[in-house]
Amino acid sequence: MYNLIGAGLIVIGAGIGLGQIGGKAMEGIARQPEATGKIQTAMIIIAALLEGLAFGALFLGK
Amino acid sequence: MMKIFQQSFKSLALVLLVFLPASIFALNEGGDGGQVDTKNEVADYILHHIQDSHDFSLFSYTNDEGERKHFGFPLPVIIWSSDGLRTFMSSEFHHNDDGSVIVEKGGLKFTKIHSKIYELEQGASTVKFDADHHATNGHKVLDFSITKSVFGLLVIGLLMLFWFSGLARQYKNKQIPTGFGRVLEPLVLYVRDEIARPNIGEKHYRRFTGYLLTVFFFIWFLNLAGLTPLGFNVTGQLAVTACLAIFTLVIYSVSGNKDYWMHIFWMPGVPYLIRPVLAIIELAGALVIKPFSLLVRLFANISAGHIVIMSLIAIMFTLKESLGVVGATGLSFVLSFFILLIEVLVAFLQAYIFTMLSALFIGMAVAEHDHEHEHDDHGNEIPDAQDVRGDFI
Repeated sequence: MYNLIGAGLIVIGAGIGLGQIGGKAMEGIARQPEATGKIQTAMIIIAALLEGLAFGALFLGK
Repeated sequence: MMKIFQQSFKSLALVLLVFLPASIFALNEGGDGGQVDTKNEVADYILHHIQDSHDFSLFSYTNDEGERKHFGFPLPVIIWSSDGLRTFMSSEFHHNDDGSVIVEKGGLKFTKIHSKIYELEQGASTVKFDADHHATNGHKVLDFSITKSVFGLLVIGLLMLFWFSGLARQYKNKQIPTGFGRVLEPLVLYVRDEIARPNIGEKHYRRFTGYLLTVFFFIWFLNLAGLTPLGFNVTGQLAVTACLAIFTLVIYSVSGNKDYWMHIFWMPGVPYLIRPVLAIIELAGALVIKPFSLLVRLFANISAGHIVIMSLIAIMFTLKESLGVVGATGLSFVLSFFILLIEVLVAFLQAYIFTMLSALFIGMAVAEHDHEHEHDDHGNEIPDAQDVRGDFI
């Protein structure tokens, strides 16, 4: 039961984080469209790290 | 034009030749025919799919006479028992997975419980279970079998060998590759120019491009193979992803230069009291956390994708009563179709991220720091506190 609540909290946290990353990247691209490539690469790396953390927590708490 | 057709036909014929046996072998076996709750059956099926299995089974059904029909082909079982090597085909287990079929080979009795092969003790003829459903009179053996995942891995490996050696051979006499090589060339250039070169650096990237290309295409092709109805789940096996992560770990640890290890064990530019604490954190990061995040990310993404797709396909069985056959099938089709499209993207993205992070880790390990340290008034060096490349991640 508690691990399910924990899994839900992890997913909420990861969702907020991914939203922040995606939103800020969008803002950055809108301000400087010529830096789109660099921003996208950095965004994907950070998103992957966050995802790894979230999956790791889900995996350990399963 | 004709040549392209011929070559694509050859590749197609090869793929068909590999997978054709599946349609020929129709194995027949008596089943219990009992009615099982649909939801439990679906959950069992999905869990069974996520696991590795000893035979290549495409689908099975129960016919009107109550017989269970399996379509697929058996794979070789190679085990190292207490009395040495034993080999036989997995068809001898008759698709049984709960330990009720006993195979006797060279005086030893083997049985399969939840895709694990157990060796029974001397004199035992049936498996005994304790309260937690663990076998009490048998033990696991060292299993080197060509399981479904190993089979898929070998098929993809051979196809890669065939495709990329063909691509390499074409450069000998002409400038532009033909056939499937024309698809692969831009991807190879992409991995080299967008992943290896900017992350590892102009001086060292050539040494590691081979590994990065191999790991990228290996993961990508296996991810795509997992989306076909053949039902591979190779990159969703912890053993496979762990092995790939260990490759990356060994490569960046072995090729790490003096500065890299210096930044791990005795971080310059921070107070002396903090350095031992940082050394512990950095060491754990370099040897445990980096490879662990690599292996868990790939495993969890692919497994989760498979579970979601299969659950959405299962909607047509679980919601049949409440929505009607047409409604449930339509809902299931629409949902699983779009999730499959996303999964095609995820298949590429996970291969890209694994390669990208591997390149990043290798790049940190081989990065050459320009030693233009600032000097204080007495001419002593001030360690470079601005240099954060080694501390990232």
